[in-house]
Amino acid sequence: MTTTTTTDSPNAAPSGPKNVPRRGRLATSLSTILESKGLGWGALALALFLPLINASPYALNIMTTAAIFILLASGLNIVVGYCGLLDLGYIAFMAVGAYTAGIVAKSFMLPLIFTIPAVLVMTILAGLIIGAPTLRLRSDYLAIVTLGFGEIVRITANNISVTGGPSGIFGIPGILKIGDFDLQQPAVFYYFTVIVVAVFVVWSARLGKSRLGRAWRFVREDEDAAEAMGIHTYKVKLLAYIFGAIWGGVGGVLFAAHISAVSPQSFVFLQSALVLMAVVMGGMGNMRGVIIGALVISLLPELLRDLAAYRYLAFGLLLVVVMIFRPQGLWPSRASEPERDDGAAAGASADASVAPAKGKSR
Amino acid sequence: MTQLLWDGLFVGSFYALIALGYSMVYGIIKLLNFAHGDLYMLGAFVAFAMLSSLGGIPASLSIVSLLVVLMLSMVISGAAGVVIERFAYRPLRNSPRLALLISAVGVSFILEYGVSAIAGPNPRAFPVRLEGEMFMVLGARITMPQIVLMLIAAVLMVLLDTYIRKTSTGRAMRSISLDRTGSLLMGINVNAVITRTFFIGSALAAAAGVMAGAHYGNINFLMGFIIGLKAFTAAVIGGIGNIRGAMLGGLLLGFIEAFGAEWFGGEWRDVFAFAILILFLTLRPTGILGERVTERV
Repeated sequence: MTTTTTTDSPNAAPSGPKNVPRRGRLATSLSTILESKGLGWGALALALFLPLINASPYALNIMTTAAIFILLASGLNIVVGYCGLLDLGYIAFMAVGAYTAGIVAKSFMLPLIFTIPAVLVMTILAGLIIGAPTLRLRSDYLAIVTLGFGEIVRITANNISVTGGPSGIFGIPGILKIGDFDLQQPAVFYYFTVIVVAVFVVWSARLGKSRLGRAWRFVREDEDAAEAMGIHTYKVKLLAYIFGAIWGGVGGVLFAAHISAVSPQSFVFLQSALVLMAVVMGGMGNMRGVIIGALVISLLPELLRDLAAYRYLAFGLLLVVVMIFRPQGLWPSRASEPERDDGAAAGASADASVAPAKGKSR
Repeated sequence: MTQLLWDGLFVGSFYALIALGYSMVYGIIKLLNFAHGDLYMLGAFVAFAMLSSLGGIPASLSIVSLLVVLMLSMVISGAAGVVIERFAYRPLRNSPRLALLISAVGVSFILEYGVSAIAGPNPRAFPVRLEGEMFMVLGARITMPQIVLMLIAAVLMVLLDTYIRKTSTGRAMRSISLDRTGSLLMGINVNAVITRTFFIGSALAAAAGVMAGAHYGNINFLMGFIIGLKAFTAAVIGGIGNIRGAMLGGLLLGFIEAFGAEWFGGEWRDVFAFAILILFLTLRPTGILGERVTERV
């Protein structure tokens, strides 16, 4: 990350006048805070501190749900943000995870935590079934196939008896209980969730900076060039997809433990769209932005209960407007911006105003 | 058996109409228009609004009034398609593909929840129910309205096919789908042709929506979601970007679904259709009539 900033400073000069004057002093100091290294620790500390202020069941419930949502968004960020593959059925992986955990735990009366190996196997399998045939094709096909996959999983869960049909599975055992120490108590479970989510968020941020992560970004920016540089694009994309699936599956386990019941109504397309919304709003590829996006998307409905009818309409408008004016999301990862500015990478226009000029030159 | 064939043919003609718009838009700007299924829904709701504002319609006039409303709804939804293209897709034409796709998802949301905010989230009963005598042909129950609806669909498809093959606009469309820059250099007004493509595609989807409303009797704001997916499946089966392929794919999907539902049970109908989609994408992603196209860099 440091190398890109130093080497790109000559390139950044022409784009400088475009970016710098727009930022006021407040914005600059704000962005310094937002980009500082301590932000993640601060957020974690805040998350751990919050139950000390308000530990009512309602608040804990909302906060736990928001934490699980962050996990989902960080998983989808790997697929959409890092690798640029549009997944419209992401919630299906959560469904696979939640159902697997629920069924295994209930039939063997195991604490949920021991179902994780089975969940991993099932979600990876699901990722392979969908990803393997479609990732060879254009990325748009993946979008619509994942949309279909989301529906298949939901309808299948609705139709077969193992999953309990339309009413789903209920009375799922708790996540772990050793003697008097029960992880299922709301406050304890909240702490458990926050820690699990934090681990996965850090993991996915680290993944984004790894060799594989750089390969993902390269594939996102220009797949053909990546292929020419010797990146096995198919393998790399499949890996992104499978990592996303694992994140979703773990989210499913937490969800099953939190609600202690799983039913098909929890996994409709709207949920997938909401997770996508969080990733897009926050800034594709930027883990901090994605977390903020996830917080906004999951907490906003609690604040705007009266406007429920217009909520999704506003979401749709927001998606279109954000795509037109900021195709990389509201707060994209900074490291990738200079690269996109000077490169003639296909459609790499960061700004709508420069798009026509680039289109002509191609 | 004949009953299944007939049902498949009937449902398939709806799929074909919607798949046409998908395929045309894909062929010309390489965009999967997620909002396409919602234009089908919009068409049904526009017709619903017009028919309910007219009040009671005598049964003898129902076919005539339906035809008039069908045309009006096609024009209005076609215009909606043009507006969508102008404001949500055109500014993004040179952006990364991901941005365009997400914008399309946003448009789909706007249409669904916009209609839901205006017309209410509950299913509505369509004001005109087509009723007619039923007769048996080789053991299949066929009703008069079904025949009328299928005739309308067939006429629309033949008209479109002729339009694409014979007129200069149709030629321009085919040329743009081959090479947009080249067409621009040859003096084709690319934007105008794309606008026209969106108009026609949306109008066809709206026609299917109105007919589905009249046939099934109720409409709701999410009705376009599943059928949009199915139409995409049909377009892929036939070879996406290929007009006749979309028609063929629609009819085939209708048959496949009718038989699949018979063998595996009706609740598996949708799963079966998507399984076919994934199977096709794995084995023959170019579809039945599509040629192998190398992707331009």
